[in-house]
Amino acid sequence: MSELNPALDHPTYNYKIVRQFTIMTVVWGIVGMLVGVVIAAELIWPWLNFNQSWLTFGRLRPLHTNAVVFAFGGCALFATSYYVVQRTCQVRLISDKLAAITFWGWQLVIVAAAITLPLGITSSKEYAELEWPIDILIAFVFVIYGIVFFGTIVKRKTSHIYVANWFYGAFIVAVAVLHIVNSLAIPVSLTKSYSIYAGTVDAMVQWWYGHNAVGFFLTAGFLGMMYYFVPKQADRPVYSYRLSIVHFWALVAVYIWAGPHHLHYTALPDWAQSLGMVMSIILLAPSWGGMINGMMTLSGAWDKLRTDPILRFLVVSLSFYGMSTFEGPMMSIRTVNSLSHYTDWTIGHVHSGALGWVAMISMGAVYHLIPILYGKSQMYSIGLINIHFWMSTIGTVLYITSMWVNGILQGLMWRAYNQDGTLTYSFIESVIASYPGYMVRLAGGVIFFGGMLVMAYNVYMTVRKNFQAEPASTAA
Amino acid sequence: MDINDLRGLSTLFLMITFIGMCIWAFSGHRKKSFDEAANLPFADEPLNQLTLREEQGND
Repeated sequence: MSELNPALDHPTYNYKIVRQFTIMTVVWGIVGMLVGVVIAAELIWPWLNFNQSWLTFGRLRPLHTNAVVFAFGGCALFATSYYVVQRTCQVRLISDKLAAITFWGWQLVIVAAAITLPLGITSSKEYAELEWPIDILIAFVFVIYGIVFFGTIVKRKTSHIYVANWFYGAFIVAVAVLHIVNSLAIPVSLTKSYSIYAGTVDAMVQWWYGHNAVGFFLTAGFLGMMYYFVPKQADRPVYSYRLSIVHFWALVAVYIWAGPHHLHYTALPDWAQSLGMVMSIILLAPSWGGMINGMMTLSGAWDKLRTDPILRFLVVSLSFYGMSTFEGPMMSIRTVNSLSHYTDWTIGHVHSGALGWVAMISMGAVYHLIPILYGKSQMYSIGLINIHFWMSTIGTVLYITSMWVNGILQGLMWRAYNQDGTLTYSFIESVIASYPGYMVRLAGGVIFFGGMLVMAYNVYMTVRKNFQAEPASTAA
Repeated sequence: MDINDLRGLSTLFLMITFIGMCIWAFSGHRKKSFDEAANLPFADEPLNQLTLREEQGND
């Protein structure tokens, strides 16, 4: 295998690391989404936690978010960034060993998360729940990741750095900085630490991190994916390379300011809330610039959507991206936020981005990658890709519409007053009114999760040694 | 000069930076080099084939 070859000056690509991360993308996607389905069911039938503390919603919810964002999404980002940086720089990764360290290190982080979170070991910071020893491991893996990625760019054989690499690069740098700053804490034991920030500052640092986890992990990184896989699958260069440059700088310059919209009507000073709101609204422009750039790449080749379900995954993910990046700025407006905040609308918005954009573009990329990485001419079954596409789309639509209805319902019930100034509804009445929406959400989640199983089967059948769709031109 | 002048100037500075970036990106004589960059995803097929051939040889 490739370890026998000296890494430096090796003429060919390191596909082994890409294969490892791609397969784990599918595995962790199934695990993370299964946990999501379980907690969606727990909200309807609370007895599903069987009185086990580690099966309660409060313990499993961070496990779900960490698994889908950092395990599923993270592996997809590692896989595609290592693939794209090699292919667009026309050079092998700078070090196979360091790349292998990022793979095993990241898997160790995920396993540690899967053990500690159900045990209730948490720093209680949203999307940064992991305790300090794991935080240090994450920082270590990301520094190595940065060395591998940027080192590869430095020794590139091309004169240009392709735009996808700019987005991946911004993602790696920003996430490392965000993670380290937000996770600064004073340990009191192996499993407990306290943040060095206090009060409002703690909240602001947390949501500066939290929103940029969305902006750089779930957006910039996946836009890098978009800029490579959409052109490649459509077999035509990106619509406007110039727009992609403006898109990049505008997006990274504005995203970093949007965090305060998570803290409307809190102790955060009003001017900071307004700043966050204004920057969130401005963010619509670069977001849609990028979406249009991706979509218009198909101009003149729209017919490909009829026959190619992989391209359909990629393009529909862009539609969901456009939808959620319109919804986000709207929800960041303080008056809208006063209705939507703390309701299921927020959960719907997140999943519009997470299922519709992040997951679907990753699935498109995985379907594009698997045949190439395993030397097959195409996936085992194109029909199954199509079925998966429809399951993902229907699942996402059911999920987000039910959460819109629930969110507006809850928001209106919570703010309803009687003439004498007392609240019209008690909180539990809004919970009871949410049940139909929870049922529809569970149905959507189950369908989406089912799609992942279809994908796993299709991937398994494709990577089997004895499967060969048609004789590939390079057969040994 | 007080803090508000600085705020105004920073807005102006950001505006000039943004407009400057747009002019830079959209100016005519960078078209050829951008076209070349935009085609990078399609420029490395021989290396991909070489990799696959080598991996099959190692199986």
